Amino acid sequence: MATSSLPTPEAPATAPPASLVGAQHGDRVFRLLLTTAALAIPLLMGFLVYELYTGSALAIDRYGLGFVTGSTWDPVAEEFGAAPLIFGTLLSAVLALLIAVPLSLGVAIFLTEFAPRWLRQPVAFVIELLAAIPSVVYGLWGIFVLVPLLKKVVFPFLRDTLGFLPFFQGPIYGPSMLAASVILAIMVMPFIMSVAREVLLAVPNSQREAALALGATRWEAVTSAIVPYARSGIIGAVILGLGRALGETMAVTMLIGNRHEIAASLFAPGYTMAAVIANEFSGAGTDIHFAALTYVALVLFVITVLVNAAARLLIWRVSRGAPAGGTGL
Amino acid sequence: MAESRVHLATDRLTAMYGKFTAVKDVSLTFTANTVNALIGPSGCGKSTYLRTLNRMHELVDGGWITGKVLLDGEDVYAPKVSPMQLRRRIGMVFQKPTPFPTMSIYDNVAAGLRLERRVSRAELDEVVERSLRQSALWDEVKDRLKASAMALSGGQQQRLCIARTIAPRPEVILLDEPTASLDPGGTQRIEELVFELKREFTIVIVTHNMQQAARVSDTTTFFYMGSMIETGPTRQIFTRPAQEQTEAYITGRFG
Ligand SMILES: Nc1ncnc2c1ncn2[C@@H]1O[C@H](COP(=O)(O)OP(=O)(O)OP(=O)(O)O)[C@@H](O)[C@H]1O
Ligand SMILES: [Mg+2]
Repeated sequence: MATSSLPTPEAPATAPPASLVGAQHGDRVFRLLLTTAALAIPLLMGFLVYELYTGSALAIDRYGLGFVTGSTWDPVAEEFGAAPLIFGTLLSAVLALLIAVPLSLGVAIFLTEFAPRWLRQPVAFVIELLAAIPSVVYGLWGIFVLVPLLKKVVFPFLRDTLGFLPFFQGPIYGPSMLAASVILAIMVMPFIMSVAREVLLAVPNSQREAALALGATRWEAVTSAIVPYARSGIIGAVILGLGRALGETMAVTMLIGNRHEIAASLFAPGYTMAAVIANEFSGAGTDIHFAALTYVALVLFVITVLVNAAARLLIWRVSRGAPAGGTGL
Repeated sequence: MAESRVHLATDRLTAMYGKFTAVKDVSLTFTANTVNALIGPSGCGKSTYLRTLNRMHELVDGGWITGKVLLDGEDVYAPKVSPMQLRRRIGMVFQKPTPFPTMSIYDNVAAGLRLERRVSRAELDEVVERSLRQSALWDEVKDRLKASAMALSGGQQQRLCIARTIAPRPEVILLDEPTASLDPGGTQRIEELVFELKREFTIVIVTHNMQQAARVSDTTTFFYMGSMIETGPTRQIFTRPAQEQTEAYITGRFG
């Protein structure tokens, strides 16, 4: 790119114009700057991993990979296993997406394809505002409004109707895996919704009309042409939501019950990696406790990277042969 | 021509965008199995008129009409008529090729049929092959029916869109400047195709290209500023136009 220099109109074609040399020089400096900035990010990542690794060396030495399968967490006996935390993190994120994805896609499709025009902007605006609320506020709202509601109405209803499944059995406390998943779902919905909405808005009208001209109903146009056209962007929106759900700390720890336990019932309390780090880091009395928490952070980091890599792979496979935007004429 | 049945007609058709009148009081008839060209300067309402015929116009915000569109004598704007059913009888091809990019060539052609009902694999295979043959694309794609439609050239994509339109067996095909984004080779193939297709379908084609109108059409209608100025057999319109405006337009004195 730096080699194809722009011709300057005033300079004669034969003599090498000085301004061109200058431009190239400027380009080099600019390129160097950008390259440095681009390299700084992987470097920073590497440094982060190194820090996490050295910080958790003590725990890695003592527990090895058994750390991720062990399920006792006892700082006094200095016995640490992160399986319930990993379980809690993944389960709450997946449950949250199960609730949030259909709802947010439904709202996004409604807003772009079906809602009356005057309603579209205001509703989208309000939903985007929801994304700006601090998570501790969601946590408080969860404790005072959501949990009582779930405990009194929703959980008993689930137990009565779906109680034959192991997920909906056992005592109802209030703070629980399901309560945390519901608050997570509410928190990631605005993100998924607004990205999905942008993606759907970017689908060319010609695609819509092509489907309608074949005799499709509005709904058939959505399912046969519009959503398929937008699919890689929609997966991107879901992944954004997943990333947030995996890392969310404050609201989750306020609602999940913070118990190191793998329970089949969604009414039972659980714990997540992010939550345990936030709760115990300042009170970690021993070196090994500290190292175990850092080990948890390392595991969380690795899981996040793996999940995102898998997601990228998915997008890449889905969009292969079908450009996500632009050339779809 | 053996029969000369009026297949499609408009009666005092006016098309509006909100308060703006894009098409004024147009009455026309289209005979079965003919190619009918609509010509006129940009913005004169050709596309709008075309889109009233299969009720695509009403999908635009503020789009509404007065007057009648008659398909086999039946008013297509009658309350009991379903626009979806109507669009299965009156297919449409757009200016730019609009293949569904996530679908294969095969699935693109099958798309309209699948909307309609459950179709057996064998029947689908047959319809896809017949439609692709009829749109003169079969030989070029028969070995890669599973490939993405986006792997085709612009001209091939447009023929694919024609195949997609004719696959569910409509009666009328509307083409809105179908060759505007194609090179001369691609244009010629589409023109030959249009000529072939009139055996089975009634065709209304919008074009900016006078030669094209002269080459492919049986009748030509000249629009100007939303009004229908003149209509008649193509030969007559191009050799002895009755209206001065028509003559000025086809000889290129204004546009
Ligand atoms: N969606 C719309 N809303 C409001 N006015 C419109 C809309 N679409 C078209 N018009 C107006 O209606 C008139 C007719 O437009 P139309 O697209 O039918 O012209 P056309 O003859 O097809 O032109 P071209 O040859 O450039 O395609 C124009 O004045 C145009 O500005
Ligand atoms: Mg037009």
